[in-house]
Amino acid sequence: MTETIDKEAVPLLQVRGLTKYFGSFAANNAIDLTIAPGEIHALLGENGAGKSTLVKMLFGVLQPSAGEIVWTGKPQTVTSPGHARSLGIGMVFQHFSLFEALTVAENIALSLDPKIPLTKIAEEAAALSRAYGLPLDPSSHVADLSVGERQRIEIVRALLQNPKLIILDEPTSVLTPQEADKLFETLFKLKAEGRSVLYISHRLEEVQRICDRATVLRHGKVTGACDPRQETPASLARMMVGSEVAAVHRADANALGATLVDVRRLNVPARTPFAVTLKDVSLRVRAGEVLAIAGVAGNGQGELFDALSGEYPVADAETIRMRDKPVGRLGINGRRMLGAGFVPEERHGHAAVSDMSLSDNLLLSRSQSDRTAFLAGGFASVIRHDTIRSAAKRICDMMDVRKSGDDPAAASLSGGNLQKFIIGRELDRQPSILIVNQPTWGVDAGAASRIRQALIDLARSGSAVVVISQDLDEIFEVATNIAVISEGRLSQPFPAGELTLEKIGLLMGGIHDSTHGGETAHAH
Amino acid sequence: MRIELEKRASASSLFQIVSPLLALALTLLFGALMFWMLGKNPGHALYAFFIEPLLEVWSLHELAIKAAPLILIAVGLSVCYRSNNWNIGAEGQFTIGAIVGSILPVLVPQWHSPMVLPLMLIMGAIGGALFAAIPALLKTRFNTNEILVSLMLVYIAQLFLDWLVRGPWRDPKGFNFPQTISFAKEAVLPELLESGRAHWAIVFALVAAVGVWFMMRYMLKGFEVTVLGRSERAGRFAGFSSRRMVWFSMMLSGAFAGLAGISEVSGSINHLQPSISPGYGFTAIIVAFLGRLNPLGIIVSGFILALTYLGGEAAQLSIGVSDKVTRVFQGLLLFFVLSCDTLILYRIRIIFGSDRAAAEGRS
Repeated sequence: MTETIDKEAVPLLQVRGLTKYFGSFAANNAIDLTIAPGEIHALLGENGAGKSTLVKMLFGVLQPSAGEIVWTGKPQTVTSPGHARSLGIGMVFQHFSLFEALTVAENIALSLDPKIPLTKIAEEAAALSRAYGLPLDPSSHVADLSVGERQRIEIVRALLQNPKLIILDEPTSVLTPQEADKLFETLFKLKAEGRSVLYISHRLEEVQRICDRATVLRHGKVTGACDPRQETPASLARMMVGSEVAAVHRADANALGATLVDVRRLNVPARTPFAVTLKDVSLRVRAGEVLAIAGVAGNGQGELFDALSGEYPVADAETIRMRDKPVGRLGINGRRMLGAGFVPEERHGHAAVSDMSLSDNLLLSRSQSDRTAFLAGGFASVIRHDTIRSAAKRICDMMDVRKSGDDPAAASLSGGNLQKFIIGRELDRQPSILIVNQPTWGVDAGAASRIRQALIDLARSGSAVVVISQDLDEIFEVATNIAVISEGRLSQPFPAGELTLEKIGLLMGGIHDSTHGGETAHAH
Repeated sequence: MRIELEKRASASSLFQIVSPLLALALTLLFGALMFWMLGKNPGHALYAFFIEPLLEVWSLHELAIKAAPLILIAVGLSVCYRSNNWNIGAEGQFTIGAIVGSILPVLVPQWHSPMVLPLMLIMGAIGGALFAAIPALLKTRFNTNEILVSLMLVYIAQLFLDWLVRGPWRDPKGFNFPQTISFAKEAVLPELLESGRAHWAIVFALVAAVGVWFMMRYMLKGFEVTVLGRSERAGRFAGFSSRRMVWFSMMLSGAFAGLAGISEVSGSINHLQPSISPGYGFTAIIVAFLGRLNPLGIIVSGFILALTYLGGEAAQLSIGVSDKVTRVFQGLLLFFVLSCDTLILYRIRIIFGSDRAAAEGRS
């Protein structure tokens, strides 16, 4: 589709006074927004600012309480996502809507005309993904793909429908800098084809780099519309949060203590045909240290977390030691009882049960480690709901978790607030070891900086912290030492100060320095 | 043209409460329609079916007798279903419970002791639990589907009972009738009240319902059941084992079904015979869902389904329809319960032609 842009005067999308009430709460209050053809437009705002609500109305998932949406000059009522797609609006959600049991091609086929044969879709998807630098194997099962790879499916799926406007919700939160650069090339290509992009992000430097204009939301209202290139990150952040974002403070010279986590030559065979095999992973974390593990999605991060947490214990007890005890064969609760805490990557359905209350989700990770406080009646294990509820409240206060009601379901919290709760749930125990996988993906700037500071403070108080992350800014912010995981192998750790972006990029690409452990380079 | 189910943005909380009542009302409506088409007066037929059995003391006793196994089995099934394990074979576990519980009174009838009855009940529960352990074993070891395995085991249990009462366990003095000797007085579950036949099984059922309700609401075990039922991965993160939950939920529901089986045989029938259940194990599935998998709700729905059995018997006599009408009513009820629940969460869209936009109803 190459429509000529002959009507520069007519905006592609114009939103006038759009308002959405949930009960008496105005999630969006008289939003105005204009997107011209062929522009990349940023939508900035903290979690809870109303970005998701706005986007859901544009995409027909929610219906506005007041106001109008004007699409190519005509007022439209967007009744459903299907209707939105037929108008030419494509959407890449932050939380993917993919069927795990189906293949990539089947998932894409679900959103297309049922008469198109699957082989044709697979070909098109493969061609499109190659053209836009988003490598994808159409025949692999979604269940076996990493978060980053799943995002590529969503992007390709949106592109296949030839949209005039593509909405991207926090697209780079799961990408490496190199992958993000590729995505930006994709976006520029789309822009050159005359398509528009509504780009939701909390990464200010990105917005400055690629966006033509920006609309900033706070508390459901537009607080600014600007050309991001003429602003500074600080001034954008001010519009977003209403005050300067607190910078994370890292102690430069920590006095490191005893070794608390010691992993030696950990080998874990892949559990499924598409999982990554961990090969000879060794790492050591001392009291006071934050070891950050960088890497591109799907290189064994999940598998490493499973082995460290004890969700899938390993065969040899001695390969993993925590606080000088062999724990390889211990389950997750056994390790928690030794003082370890764990935060997995996926919030919904792993770290938390979405439709259970926060207090139930507190019990989820601490039923054994806090047995004496949370359970009564000995063998019968009667749950002390009151104690747990007050503990949940304490955690919400400590981490500034914003929620509606006393003890709402986890699903009703925004991503950032739920993550603050999940991290706070572990910090509240003051664990001597904390292992976190992707602590801030999909989390707004305010919550992310709070979480990072909490991780650093925990290490400073004498705990050993392992942070597995794809976000390099985050890694440099929190890490004492950095190691890189690639294809199931972990590099040796480097002090954070000594590592450059280029070096990390090379290690992520699987190009290990041949002097380390005699490994051969195995680039793709 | 095709029909699609589209998830509603939010489910009406009012209708979530009203839904079982709505299902009941629809069942009655379509029941009346059925009687009308059979040439009966619908008002009179429904009265005979659902009201008359409640007017006399003896039939209230019968109601309690029929409700007891339904509630007991359904309470066990509710734990299974909440943990996302689908035991469909309670009828078989009921039968095996009855057989194992009958070992003492059939094989050692000369042993007269107050210990006989408690031992029978315990053996019945164990028998049911072990029979339910077969699908659990196959699921945890070989990843088989417990729905199929437990369902097929029902027929094995029923044919095994049939063989026993026609073969090795047949009463030699029973004029060749396919049944065992009658149980001695010590082996009979006593009546609860002077006024009628109702025996202790209904007490077991109520105690089990309250006990399981307490477990699900206040105990860590109940929390474990709920977490594993919603998300296996989150359960693993909590340190709960989904494998052990398969064993626990299957064997708990098997034990309850087995206890129901031996109670029924000991309290109501007093011997074993080829058929000992009018499908309690299957009807209990309806009871469990009509009670919204809540043990207290199951008490209510157990009595409602028991009434359909009783009404079927009464209607045979008073209005001369087949007792198959009972199964029709039960089927209608399950259908409406499930469809009401579905329509709370989803709306139906009928799509004409192959509209491209319509194929993209997902978000």
